[in-house]
Amino acid sequence: MFGKLTWSAIPFDQPIPLASSLVVGLIMGAVLAWVFVKGYAPYLWREWITSVDHKRIGVMYCILALVMLIRGFIDALMMRSQQALAFHGPGYLPPEHYDQIFSAHGTIMIFFVAMPFVIGLMNFVIPLQLGVRDVAFPTLNSVSFWLTASGSFLVTISLVVGEFARTGWLAYPPLSELTYSPGVGVDYYLWALEISGIGTLMAGINMATTILKLRAPGLTYMRMPVFCWTSLASNLLIVAAFPILTAVLAMLLLDRYCDFHFFTTTAGGNPMMFVNLIWAWGHPEVYILILPAFGVFSEVIATFSGKPLFGYRSMVAATMVICILSFTVWLHHFFTMGAGGDVNAVFGILSMVIAVPTGVKIFNWLFTMYGGRIRYTAPMCWSVGFIITFMIGGMTGVLLAVPPADFVLHNSLFLVAHFHNVIIGGVLFGAFAGYTYWFPKAFGFTLDERLGKAAFWFWFVGFWVTFVPLYMLGLMGMTRRMQHYDRPEWYPWTLVSMAGALLILTGIVLQVVQLVVSIRTRDKRRDVTGDPWDGRSLEWSTPSPPPVFNFAVYPDVSGKQPETEPQYAAIDVPRNTPTGFVAAFFATVTGFSLIWHIWWLVIVGLVGAYATFVVFAWRDESETEVPADEVARIDRANRQARSVALRGHAA
Amino acid sequence: MHSALLRSLVVLALLSLSGCGATVLSPIGPVGAAERTILLDALAIMLAIVVPTMIATLAFAWWYRAGNTRARYLPNFEYSGQLELLVWSVPALVVLFLGGIAWISSHDLDPAAPLTWTAPADKRVAPVEVEVVSLDWKWLFIYPQKQVASINRLVVPAGVPLHLRVTSATVMNVFFVPRLGSEIYSMSGMATQINLQADRPGIFPGLSANFSGDGFSDMHFSLEAMDSEQFDAWVARAKTTGEVLDDTAYRGLLRQTANVQPYTYRQVAAGLFDRIVSLHLPPGDGPPATPAPSAGEH
Repeated sequence: MFGKLTWSAIPFDQPIPLASSLVVGLIMGAVLAWVFVKGYAPYLWREWITSVDHKRIGVMYCILALVMLIRGFIDALMMRSQQALAFHGPGYLPPEHYDQIFSAHGTIMIFFVAMPFVIGLMNFVIPLQLGVRDVAFPTLNSVSFWLTASGSFLVTISLVVGEFARTGWLAYPPLSELTYSPGVGVDYYLWALEISGIGTLMAGINMATTILKLRAPGLTYMRMPVFCWTSLASNLLIVAAFPILTAVLAMLLLDRYCDFHFFTTTAGGNPMMFVNLIWAWGHPEVYILILPAFGVFSEVIATFSGKPLFGYRSMVAATMVICILSFTVWLHHFFTMGAGGDVNAVFGILSMVIAVPTGVKIFNWLFTMYGGRIRYTAPMCWSVGFIITFMIGGMTGVLLAVPPADFVLHNSLFLVAHFHNVIIGGVLFGAFAGYTYWFPKAFGFTLDERLGKAAFWFWFVGFWVTFVPLYMLGLMGMTRRMQHYDRPEWYPWTLVSMAGALLILTGIVLQVVQLVVSIRTRDKRRDVTGDPWDGRSLEWSTPSPPPVFNFAVYPDVSGKQPETEPQYAAIDVPRNTPTGFVAAFFATVTGFSLIWHIWWLVIVGLVGAYATFVVFAWRDESETEVPADEVARIDRANRQARSVALRGHAA
Repeated sequence: MHSALLRSLVVLALLSLSGCGATVLSPIGPVGAAERTILLDALAIMLAIVVPTMIATLAFAWWYRAGNTRARYLPNFEYSGQLELLVWSVPALVVLFLGGIAWISSHDLDPAAPLTWTAPADKRVAPVEVEVVSLDWKWLFIYPQKQVASINRLVVPAGVPLHLRVTSATVMNVFFVPRLGSEIYSMSGMATQINLQADRPGIFPGLSANFSGDGFSDMHFSLEAMDSEQFDAWVARAKTTGEVLDDTAYRGLLRQTANVQPYTYRQVAAGLFDRIVSLHLPPGDGPPATPAPSAGEH
């Protein structure tokens, strides 16, 4: 009846997973109870869960990322403390648990923190910067988000029911094949990524279409803000790369479920094909993440330097060069598989070539600050911190691109330090910069600056205290993913690294406090002008938060904004629909039952998902009209508020 | 001059690091030494551009702060052809230089290439052949010329080149002795090759550098380099002790065990390694198929 699922799937005899799953369950239960008791459930359903408004979906993506960040960071704390305790001893996490933790940490941080964070920012900002009312396919957008949420939900369930993969975040076969990983862990990993990966692919198609086809009148390509350009590059990469991920994971699923032999050790399978394919997705993925972050920094540095971005055309060119080159370097992830001198050298040099456009970007940000009047707000702190951090991360990256240097550093903690250096220092700092920068646009009030800067400093210092020791340990020959060790020279560095992780923890706590304090004091920190930072791109011409239709009349980018009141017309906005939520519900059911081999439930899930789409396809109305009077009323109120605020400001 | 100074500073800093155990930077063989040189050179070349850029970043960020009334405000400074040329050509030149290093060194230090450059042609000696098999979770070293084998201990003569053929009888692993230099993947169904050399006697830690399951952290071995006479004595001793490594004994090795103390086999069935590579001897079965007691554990 329930396939492989029995009561033994719940870890009753293991205190750590049981306690943590109880805590997670209690928190989720408490939040749900609070929502229902307070009567927020209908509001949440109406305004958020079924919303197809790109701003709401963007915000939900970011909330998902922040929640999963905490989950992934708890994993990180457990890893660092395990290594700090496991000198000459077993530590407190047995291998079968520790292995799940580092696999979950990587999977969560890339797929359910970094990805939703940058996609959330793009979702929120892109239509506003393009001067349009929504993305190209609003309902698809909602489906994309909920499929991502479904994937992260499956990963979270694995904490309580069963286990997660013990293979590392890329699940290299043969280790991830049924022979060596017979448990449900790898299946959780695979189905979670298949489901969320389809969501990401659809989000990429949606966003690329939006940027290519929907722009305000006069907003030619070379007038788009750089964030739009980097997002375009990132989404083109999603469209090109994510099908590879879906396909390669599907092949591994066929191996595991249908006795195929794509990557098995026997019967002609070849695990190296998996490694090639996963990195053919995996390396572009790095740029999918970092390019939008580059865009955020370009916006933030220009705004707070009080200048236009230096070398706009260079920036655009550099972005597109990175976009193309990112597909030509995947082999540098396995120089040590014995490919030979020619192949290694070609891929090594191509990897270095990416440093050229990236270096150009660094220099252009530098010259944007040159001659500026730099205001050190929290987003600007993240940006300057990024430039410093990323330069070191980029440098160690180029070092690893020299094949003989990689021969001694591959898979070491030096490598771990390098990619955290670019992903924390680049992607995450960028996401935090974007979060503080656009928060007032989304919610109509600014975040507390003092707490924001304090959080930045803890993150910045904590980052270096955590990862410099890992660079050292890598040079000392310590490989990644060690559950215990007995080399005395490694021990002090793991302790320092643990201390650094605690500094980062303080940074995260400060960010939570910042959010709570800012919400409680929101009346004092209202943004009535719609432009709290003196920004220049189109999103700052809308009120904060923008009305559901964003722009009462389409902005005309070729001329000046007219001072006189425009002619208001009725606006059609897409209707809210539960399609995304319901489809993702059935996707979760399907995924869960496939993991546990509950075949009848798989059929229920698939039929349910199909029926959801049929119902959606049969809809009679897809849009509701906001009447011209209503548009006029909203826009007049906003204009009024803004002019009062501006006059007050001038006086 | 500037970069020479910078380089010596880097070397100094890193040497002090090697004093506190930075094993990759204190190699005991020619491969590791060459790789250290490349690593340090590449680092120095990049620091020559990264350090000034970082200083400029901090200087601009400090000087152009909004509160500084002495700083000139240039709100229209958004393009300069000369600067554009500079910002594209400086990184391009650095990469051109580094790319040259990468091209040459990738060929010189290709793991599969014999170590012909470590000694003049007339002083060259034939390499010692070792066949390496990664198992769950231990290392098997077969000496085909000597017909002996060793578990978790790689004994080699110092000053003599080593030619290792590496395969796996289980999931992927990486053969790595940090102080020797280059690592190489071990993969089932194929043999990778690596040429290394230890120049002086001593005992040095080796490990697997690719996660291979629950016993991974105990999957280390020791590299023992000794004089040629001592090595021959070791071989002679090995030939008189231990069991015979035939197909049956090999199948016993496939069972998952961790933290295995080193021991030797006095004889090895001919062609064992090739039969492992060609999968005539099947790879390990992974975890024993007992029903999961809890939480999918086994």
